[in-house]
Amino acid sequence: MTLSVNLGNARLLRAYRQMRLIREFEERLHVEIATGEIPGFTHLYAGQEAIAVGVCEQLTESDYIVSTHRGHGHCIAKGCDVGGMMKEIYGRKDGLCHGKGGSMHIADMTKGMLGANAIVGGGPPIAVGAAIACKLRGNRFVSVAFGGDGSANQGTVFEAMNMAVVLRVPAIFVLENNGYSEHTGAAYAVGSGDLAGRARGFGMPAECIDGADFHAVYDAMGRAVARAKNGEGPSTIEATITRYYGHFEGDPQNYRAKDEVARLRVTMDCLKRFRERAALDHTVAQAELDAIDVEAVALIDAAVRDAKAAAPPVEADLYSDVYIQY
Amino acid sequence: MPQLTMRDALNQALHQEMARDERIIVLGEDVSGGAGGTSGEREASGGIFGVTKGLLPKFGEGRVIDTPISESAIVGAAAGAALAGLRPVAEIMFADFVGVCMDQIYNQIAKFRYMFGGKSTCPVVIRMAMGAGMNMGPQHSQTIYSLLTAVPGLKIVIPSNAYDAKGLLIQAIRDDDPVIFFEHKALYPRKGEVPENAYTVAFGEASLVRQGEHVTVVAIARMVPFAERAIDALAKEGITCDLIDPRTTSPLDEETIIESVEGTGRLVIVDESPPRCGMASDIAAIVAQKAFHSLKRPIIQVTPPHTPIPFAPALERLYVPGPPRIEAAIRQALKDE
Ligand SMILES: Cc1ncc(C[n+]2csc(CCOP(=O)(O)OP(=O)(O)O)c2C)c(N)n1
Ligand SMILES: [Mg+2]
Repeated sequence: MTLSVNLGNARLLRAYRQMRLIREFEERLHVEIATGEIPGFTHLYAGQEAIAVGVCEQLTESDYIVSTHRGHGHCIAKGCDVGGMMKEIYGRKDGLCHGKGGSMHIADMTKGMLGANAIVGGGPPIAVGAAIACKLRGNRFVSVAFGGDGSANQGTVFEAMNMAVVLRVPAIFVLENNGYSEHTGAAYAVGSGDLAGRARGFGMPAECIDGADFHAVYDAMGRAVARAKNGEGPSTIEATITRYYGHFEGDPQNYRAKDEVARLRVTMDCLKRFRERAALDHTVAQAELDAIDVEAVALIDAAVRDAKAAAPPVEADLYSDVYIQY
Repeated sequence: MPQLTMRDALNQALHQEMARDERIIVLGEDVSGGAGGTSGEREASGGIFGVTKGLLPKFGEGRVIDTPISESAIVGAAAGAALAGLRPVAEIMFADFVGVCMDQIYNQIAKFRYMFGGKSTCPVVIRMAMGAGMNMGPQHSQTIYSLLTAVPGLKIVIPSNAYDAKGLLIQAIRDDDPVIFFEHKALYPRKGEVPENAYTVAFGEASLVRQGEHVTVVAIARMVPFAERAIDALAKEGITCDLIDPRTTSPLDEETIIESVEGTGRLVIVDESPPRCGMASDIAAIVAQKAFHSLKRPIIQVTPPHTPIPFAPALERLYVPGPPRIEAAIRQALKDE
């Protein structure tokens, strides 16, 4: 099992780069959405980056993930092309899903990214299915279901967890507890408030960790992956975190204390935490991280520019990829 | 008469009915919002589309219930509360999420009255926002009323304007049977004259939105204002149509449709649901059976293609039938070869 203390300079830089890229992607979307050029509604992942990256840095392209409506971070962390994602969000023909899916449905099977999902609780059963495939192939790979605190109230999630235990499949449930499901607090909607405890109730180990700490996520995931590959079955990781924006872009957030986000941006910033840790243990130089920050801005600039210039789908695309026509 | 949006008309109906009958409860995700939040603002939402605004401050937490994300339990709890004497109005935020709670709708509430030998009623209303037009993608844009119209035991209501929305919702709440109440998202801002007082619009009575002599057009929900535009444009050329809005697809006012077809001999049906086993094909079948000899031309169905609903605006625009397609269909119905 690889733990974060064993990560070399290159791997740490990669992790930081992924987190920074997600942050930049989302912060930029926040700006671009305000211009009205991006269709539909979009849920930003900013603030939660360390969870997607800590989890996916333990995975390869042959491992599977299943994502949620708030999926951009999971996609980037799993290696989806940022340019293709941006085009998808703009509804372009060259988007990762040819503009058919949009922000809530980005998928890339070649990266083991089995799809973002706009149905809360829709993903975990699918992840269990992929885990059955992994088990049949000798538990060399694992399947991860991302979900929020709100999703943990959905029966489909309970069913998936229990089935994963019963079938002893290499599934890992990652519950990102950001305190809210839409406009309702987890303090109200999650009876007992203990997501990990629920998972334990189904008969699997569950860890509670600080979701703004890349190292903590990475290590917890390392333990879950090791267990899964050892044929010991599923695990759950509950990561406490916050989201920097509203539920969707345009959400007035009347349910949040006025200073909440500003405060948490200081105390719960995975990038800042990563830098502080690097400064302490001298694993990577601050200058290297600064260079990544600059590079991320350029990458996202290019992605947005290309997406804006890209062509929309045409009429024939409406009828493609559907099996039967009438 | 005051002009209200469909959203406000629905909101007014809920306020008036809840004040009239204390057995009425409202339950769903974020129907008030703010519970467990950090701002202390208890009604932080009032429903994601604002339809349940102001209910919590007026009627309290006992009757205005924010639920966890648990659609099966929402509909099931509404069913149980109804059996126990309450009159629940449940909200499924988007009609697409019916996929999660289909059993409670299909096997439970729809069957109680019949299956229990008439010993129970199930006065549940399940409201849900539906429809394309806002680029919300394949899992947040469906209409699904055709699917649920196919279920015996359910009443299916689909208003197209503010006046009908209010009257139909009040009727739905007072009705002793389960009612699925569809609200087209793109129609929430549509304004119309709405009387201040409470009133009902009966189920199974279509509304004749336009009166004409050449073609019968049947349209549902957002297709009604689209058909109005097409018909009004054609009127300038002297082509006039009956425009029938069924308002409820179960029960369906067959009589009004058939009477009109007997007069015009030509029928265009405009439906935002997919073409197979949908309301358009259902109405076409009824007319073919009951008014075959009145038809001068084949029935024309204007529907989306048999595909999921695409996200990209460029595709969604093509997916949703609009006034130009409706106009073309009416012209085609008038061509006599
Ligand atoms: C079945 C279903 N019910 C409701 C919704 C509407 N909805 C979308 S996201 C969301 C909240 C999800 O909360 P959580 O799981 O905590 O994820 P977060 O948004 O915090 O990332 C809700 C209620 C949905 N998309 N699907
Ligand atoms: Mg949440």
